[in-house]
Amino acid sequence: MYKLKVVDASKIFRRDGQEVVALQETTMQIPAGRFVSIIGPSGCGKSTLFNMIAGLIKPTTGKILLDGQNIVGKSGYVGYMLQKDLLLPWRTILDNVILGLEIKGVSKREARKKAQPLLERYGLKGFENNYPPELSGGMRQRAALLRTLLYDQDVILLDEPFGALDAQTRLQMQGWLLRIWEDFQKTILFITHDIDEAIYLSDDIYVLSHRPGKLKAKIHVELERPRGEETLLSDNFISLKQKLLDLLREEPKDNGTT
Amino acid sequence: MAQPDKKRYIEDEKKRQQRMKRIVFGGQIGLGILVIVLWEVLTRYEVMDPYYWSSPSTIYETAKVAFLEGSLWDDLVYTSLATLAGFVSGTFFGSLIGLSFWWSAYYSRISEPYLIAFNAIPKLALGPVIVILFGIGFFSKVMLAFLMTVIVTALAAHSGIKAIDNDLEKLLYSLGAKRRHVFMKVVVPTTMPWIVSSLRINIALALAGTIVGEFISSRQGIGRMILYAGQILDIDLVWVGVVVLSLLSMLMYAGTVSLEKLLLRGQEPKQ
Repeated sequence: MYKLKVVDASKIFRRDGQEVVALQETTMQIPAGRFVSIIGPSGCGKSTLFNMIAGLIKPTTGKILLDGQNIVGKSGYVGYMLQKDLLLPWRTILDNVILGLEIKGVSKREARKKAQPLLERYGLKGFENNYPPELSGGMRQRAALLRTLLYDQDVILLDEPFGALDAQTRLQMQGWLLRIWEDFQKTILFITHDIDEAIYLSDDIYVLSHRPGKLKAKIHVELERPRGEETLLSDNFISLKQKLLDLLREEPKDNGTT
Repeated sequence: MAQPDKKRYIEDEKKRQQRMKRIVFGGQIGLGILVIVLWEVLTRYEVMDPYYWSSPSTIYETAKVAFLEGSLWDDLVYTSLATLAGFVSGTFFGSLIGLSFWWSAYYSRISEPYLIAFNAIPKLALGPVIVILFGIGFFSKVMLAFLMTVIVTALAAHSGIKAIDNDLEKLLYSLGAKRRHVFMKVVVPTTMPWIVSSLRINIALALAGTIVGEFISSRQGIGRMILYAGQILDIDLVWVGVVVLSLLSMLMYAGTVSLEKLLLRGQEPKQ
């Protein structure tokens, strides 16, 4: 039984009579508790895929199944986090984190009580009552991720969450994310441009090709967990990286029209 | 000063700022006093004709009489209440109109040119119509103050709506939000700084609307008092009216500034 299944999902936009294929029929089967990365060049339909899974846009064809139930066009079934932290500047960090619960109808007081230990545990202790502009980029991303986490869905989509961070902070955040993933046993789908990041974090990596977006390869990452910095230097890691680089380099040969 | 080049001079940043603040404040008070004193002196020695320019002391004496024996106090209350009622209702409904544009792109785009056109109408020119429609009582003044403020606020709120981050809306929808959630949690707070920035302008506009309403036809109010005093050539009393209105205006302005702080809690007003 797979947690999340994407079955022949495609997305075609039409503009001025011309059809533009954002994503060709794609099928993915993701078991519960996996950490799955999706890499590919810009414009390969990664974000389109996420928007479909999140129920924000409807696929042109195909189905999205969560626990066997079709969730096409239904939002609120998976957690979703974007590259921008999108914290509301007029709310404190604590009140930002409980946003999802509030929408679900949980009372503010109860939601805060639930969020407080989470903030303390995952590096935001002492910042509960600060406003987002007072925090660093990494801290804000933490808050944004905790907001997604507190929303408490089994599947979490992360669209380049660390894309805007500097290398040092990014490394820290990756470790932090792995810790959270191990603690909460969520199924994570992770979009990134960064091959190292994809290998370091994932169980499986899906490679998408350039326009029209198409699933090109699925690679299983055979690296022991827990992974540390030494993982980044292991032979296994290097050979995987080579493989992915080759896959991505083939790109220009692909013809992008249908 | 035996060794001037060895002397260290370190200026305290905070003290410098405090000193500057003190000097500025003193200067501000001083300038005000200077103007009043000059006014008094120049009119007393008839460099400026006291018949037209009155003088601070005469104004004070006339005001005292008007307060104690005349109806100045009642007039002041009347004008203040009309202004506040117009200001509050104009700002409230203006905000509602502006915010309502978020619900439909068609509705928003179709009505926008009319909003701008209506803003261009000199509302005060409608004064006689308003008085005929709503009578010479309290309500016609409120209506004029309302008309002065409502469109300005609607346009301000509309600019706020245009500045909403689409990704924020997307985020809320991904959290399973309905449109009303997005409205309450994103649209209203985002627009608030724009609405607030229109408050300071609105209070002055509302006052102007009320005064013109009283000019046109009224039984009460500072505007009526000024008009009446002008007609009987009691220029001192006209000055009393102007001074009292200025004080009222300043007081209301101070009120809106504290209201801004309350509404924004840390955010900056936007233009």
